[in-house]
Amino acid sequence: MSAHSHIDGELPHEPERATLEGRNKVLGFWLFLGGETVLFGTLFSVYLSLRGQVLDGPPAYELFKLWTVALATFLLLTSSLTSVFAVQALHRNNVKSLINWLIVTVFLGLCFLGLEIYEFIEYVKEGHKFTTSAFSTSFYTLVGFHGAHVAFGIIWISMLIAQVKRKGLTVVTAPKVYVASMYWHFIDVVWVFIFTVVYLMGKVG
Amino acid sequence: MAHAHEVKRYSGLMDWLTTVDHKKIGILYLIAGGFFFLIGGLEAILIRIQLWKPLNNFVNPDTYNQLLTMHGTTMIFLAAMPVIFALMNAIVPLQIGARDVAFPFVNALGFWTFFFGGVLLNISWFAGGAPDAGWTSYVPLASSTFSEGEGVDYYVIGLQIAGIGTLVGGINFLVTIINMRAPGMSFMRMPMFTWSAFITSALILFAFPALTVGLVALMFDRIFSGNFFNPSGGGNAVLWEHIFWIFGHPEVYILILPAFGIISEIVSTFSRKRLFGYSSMVFATVLIGFLGFMVWAHHMFTAGLGPVANALFSIATMLIAVPTGIKIFNWLFTLWGGSIRFTTANLFAVGFIPTFVMGGVTGVMLAAAPADYQYQDTYFVVAHFHYVIVGGLVLGLFAGLHYWWPKMFGRMLSEKLGKWTFWTFYIGFHMTFLIQHFLGLLGMPRRTWTYLNGLGFNEMNLVSTVGAFLMGIGTLLFLLNIIVTFGKPKTAGNDPWEDGRTLEWSIPSPAPEYNFAQTPLVRGYDALWKEKTDGNNGMTPAEPLGPIHMPSPSILPFFMALGLFIAGFGFMYRNWIAVAVGMATVFLCMILRSVKDDNGFHIEPDELHDKGVKA
Amino acid sequence: MMKRWHVLKRLLPLMAGVVLLLSACGRADLSTLNPQGAVAQEQFNLMKLSFIIMLLVVIVVFAIAIYVLVRFRRRPGDNKIPVQVEGNHKLEIIWTVIPLILLVILGVPTIQSVFALSQDYSKDPKAVVVNVTSHQYWWEFEYPGLGVKTAQELVVPIGTKIAVEAKSADVLHSFWIPALAGKIDTNPGGNVNRMYFETPAKEGIFLGKCAELCGPSHSLMDFKVKVVDQASFDNWVAAMKAPAVLPEDPAIAQKFQSQCLSCHAVGDMGGPAFPNLTGIGDRETVGGILVNTENPKYQNEGSTYDNLYRWIKDPQAVKPGNQMPKIDLTEQELAGISKYLAEYKLNYESETLANNDATDDSQESKE
Repeated sequence: MSAHSHIDGELPHEPERATLEGRNKVLGFWLFLGGETVLFGTLFSVYLSLRGQVLDGPPAYELFKLWTVALATFLLLTSSLTSVFAVQALHRNNVKSLINWLIVTVFLGLCFLGLEIYEFIEYVKEGHKFTTSAFSTSFYTLVGFHGAHVAFGIIWISMLIAQVKRKGLTVVTAPKVYVASMYWHFIDVVWVFIFTVVYLMGKVG
Repeated sequence: MAHAHEVKRYSGLMDWLTTVDHKKIGILYLIAGGFFFLIGGLEAILIRIQLWKPLNNFVNPDTYNQLLTMHGTTMIFLAAMPVIFALMNAIVPLQIGARDVAFPFVNALGFWTFFFGGVLLNISWFAGGAPDAGWTSYVPLASSTFSEGEGVDYYVIGLQIAGIGTLVGGINFLVTIINMRAPGMSFMRMPMFTWSAFITSALILFAFPALTVGLVALMFDRIFSGNFFNPSGGGNAVLWEHIFWIFGHPEVYILILPAFGIISEIVSTFSRKRLFGYSSMVFATVLIGFLGFMVWAHHMFTAGLGPVANALFSIATMLIAVPTGIKIFNWLFTLWGGSIRFTTANLFAVGFIPTFVMGGVTGVMLAAAPADYQYQDTYFVVAHFHYVIVGGLVLGLFAGLHYWWPKMFGRMLSEKLGKWTFWTFYIGFHMTFLIQHFLGLLGMPRRTWTYLNGLGFNEMNLVSTVGAFLMGIGTLLFLLNIIVTFGKPKTAGNDPWEDGRTLEWSIPSPAPEYNFAQTPLVRGYDALWKEKTDGNNGMTPAEPLGPIHMPSPSILPFFMALGLFIAGFGFMYRNWIAVAVGMATVFLCMILRSVKDDNGFHIEPDELHDKGVKA
Repeated sequence: MMKRWHVLKRLLPLMAGVVLLLSACGRADLSTLNPQGAVAQEQFNLMKLSFIIMLLVVIVVFAIAIYVLVRFRRRPGDNKIPVQVEGNHKLEIIWTVIPLILLVILGVPTIQSVFALSQDYSKDPKAVVVNVTSHQYWWEFEYPGLGVKTAQELVVPIGTKIAVEAKSADVLHSFWIPALAGKIDTNPGGNVNRMYFETPAKEGIFLGKCAELCGPSHSLMDFKVKVVDQASFDNWVAAMKAPAVLPEDPAIAQKFQSQCLSCHAVGDMGGPAFPNLTGIGDRETVGGILVNTENPKYQNEGSTYDNLYRWIKDPQAVKPGNQMPKIDLTEQELAGISKYLAEYKLNYESETLANNDATDDSQESKE
């Protein structure tokens, strides 16, 4: 029941699920991601129903530069992998390796975000502003929502790095790291859909 | 070890602002929801005064549109849902034998965000005009082109903030019910109210994000000149209708399912019988929740979706009648052969059954799309959904409040005043709304500020207005009952109705802070009833007596919600400093919460006041 | 005895409902329960079918409820514990299957009707095509096949299919003629909705309403459907196309042209953006809501002249939020323009319809 009993002792095998609090956190976060799925699902539907309304703005196939998007995809997918390494380190109770992998994850996330900001600036220069058309509004909202999720994730994981450094790996900090990595995988999956639905389908037609 | 971290405990106002106790949060939900219910009711009375005679000019058309918008929005989001959350908070953990909810902190956060969202929405009355585009806020009427004031901004931002509260509250209950059940409390032994809270929470989880997207899109359109719903920018007005109703129809079931649960508990208790067909009741609840997501376009039969969509959504909608019918007959056959005691709670419950059936059958009538081409947007629809929401949900909530009042407050409400409440409210309700079916059929559209004399609407509108006043009197009687009751001593025992069947009646009234001194062992459906019939005096404990771990109180949820409230104002008036201050408050609170470990505190066995404790 | 009452009370709404339904079917020009055209009739038939099925359900439930509540109420001193029944599969199957059967009985005609009513008659040479455009807060009716455009009164021939193509110029509205057709929403942004209805075989005037909240004057956005015989209809089309007749007084004519025709049209003159005024003297109402009659039953009536005068003098006072500004006119000009418009008639109607004051109850009594 209580979180205390484990704090001073050995870290159990799956520390994120060792306490009821931890199990609640993991389950609650799964459910939260279910809600997030509906959120992004709705954003995707909105985008799909409005993406033909380009008006005077540049159409998708002229606008999108696949190399930046491909690079962004590579960065984010890799960061997902590094967050897996972080969780493996967590299961090995290797704090140092855990922190290092989390730093790499954050770094890759920052690169992705920088690339996205660069991309948006380029688009605006080409006349693809937020207010240009229903296509542009729904594009920036969908991709921007994802970008905001990445930014939030970067701040979150950075805070966790500081916390784990100070408090070490316990049954209290372990679920936090685990849940953050779930979150990071989720935004990665969303990006795969954005890459397919927005960019590839935009390039094709 | 247990007392290693001394936790500051508050009293008075600070206690209420910092509480993470689900029972206190339930009371907070009840107070806030009740307050908004009175505001929404007052708006309804003003609407009915305006309509009591033809060509009345009691309020002007602008004010009228604000009243009808705020009445709907307030009643759904700020009155009905919070009172549901009040009962869920007060009762669900007790029914599953839990000491607490899964996320006490998040639970408090849910309340405060709902509360500040609701306050923000209602401030619009004093800040240049409330939203005026209907609770459905259809675009383009709700766009900045056609609704220039800040009213609709208050709607989109207030509901986003309140919606966050609802969503996290829903997740809290899902996890609580999945992870926190007492030993032996399997899913198929859970009381119906807990089941309905479970399904309702699941619907909240999957429906509210859609509303959030809609509100964000409308906000972007209004504040940042986006083009989601702006036809001249390539946007699509019908898209809003889809998004709104993909949320909006499940919302109807979010509202009604808890009422189903309440009725199941009360009917069973006061007829001294096990709920008839428990497993089919569970199945029907799940099925209703599932089908609730498949029928949203029946709100849009006249929007021009084409015959294929209309036919499919007609049939899907009609199908919901089947699981609903199962529930109705199960209730009737629970009563059948029982020993029925007509307490106020049970009067509301048995009054609910036929009333809800009437709302249900008009629902099936509305599902026939070609007939709906006539009903749509008329008073027939107004009558239908008030039968479902007032005749269904509100009667259910009144039933639940009378039933669980002793468990929440330790005092029994006056049965005499309660019966007066029931009869005035019930008669007033039917007077107000039965006649509105016919108004609609005779050609009166809904959301009508006034009507000409000589169209045959006068008498029926007058009757409807008189009925609304009766409902108002009924509500005031309930308030009076509450006030009178608070003057009485706390005398309610563990099982004040004497026929309690579920776990909440095995512990003192009001429930102690830690709910169960010892987690009970559940040995069957209707856990307490089973022990009673087996001749046991109370539940068998599942654990020895020991120190009980409790979460610490925290002021952070209050400040997080306050931060959102400030940021909301910032967005509304494009004051980016306020946005920054508000969001910084929110993030600061989140960081504080994460960095500072909440170790809680312990209540030692010798501190337990529960006399029924077994060693 | 309290409980007996309780039981009776339960029956009251039902009885009241049936009585009301049988006795009052409402005005023949407004009520959905008194359909005057084939489409409204089909909808009414479906309404009746669903009502009967649902009444059956309600009666069964009420009967069981009343029986149970009376029979099984706890008597004083009675302390027995009833048998704890878990359920009954046979019963549960019955109340699952019977509703399903009832739904099939309702569902099949529903689907048939959905498809029947979605027929597109816009290519049918015998049908009259009307483009309906809704505005805050008036209705524009354009007859693309006939080259005619009017406002507020939809003039259509008897016994004909009317193919409606509806859209909105601003916010959502909903085009509703209860006695003839049901309704269809009008959407903005080139999103055209179609529906059709059939006019009855005899002449008549029917009330139309906006059914979707569209702003402060939503409740005042009424229109009329005037069903006339074929000869009258042909006369009307010809008169609509005839050159405009301007006021006789040149000063009034000049003022009318400069102040009114910048927005409105009469005959071949003026602008198209706002309600066409050709033949406005024939219309049943001014602004959709000021009824042109001397019969004082609407509390909102007056002679055509008085109503026009009242409207032009202060349009916002009649219909808050509408687009027409207060025009700067002298008393004399106001009176002159009102008189001119009140007398601007096309004289196309047959004897019967011209004498048929839309505001009297003659139609009601016929039923």
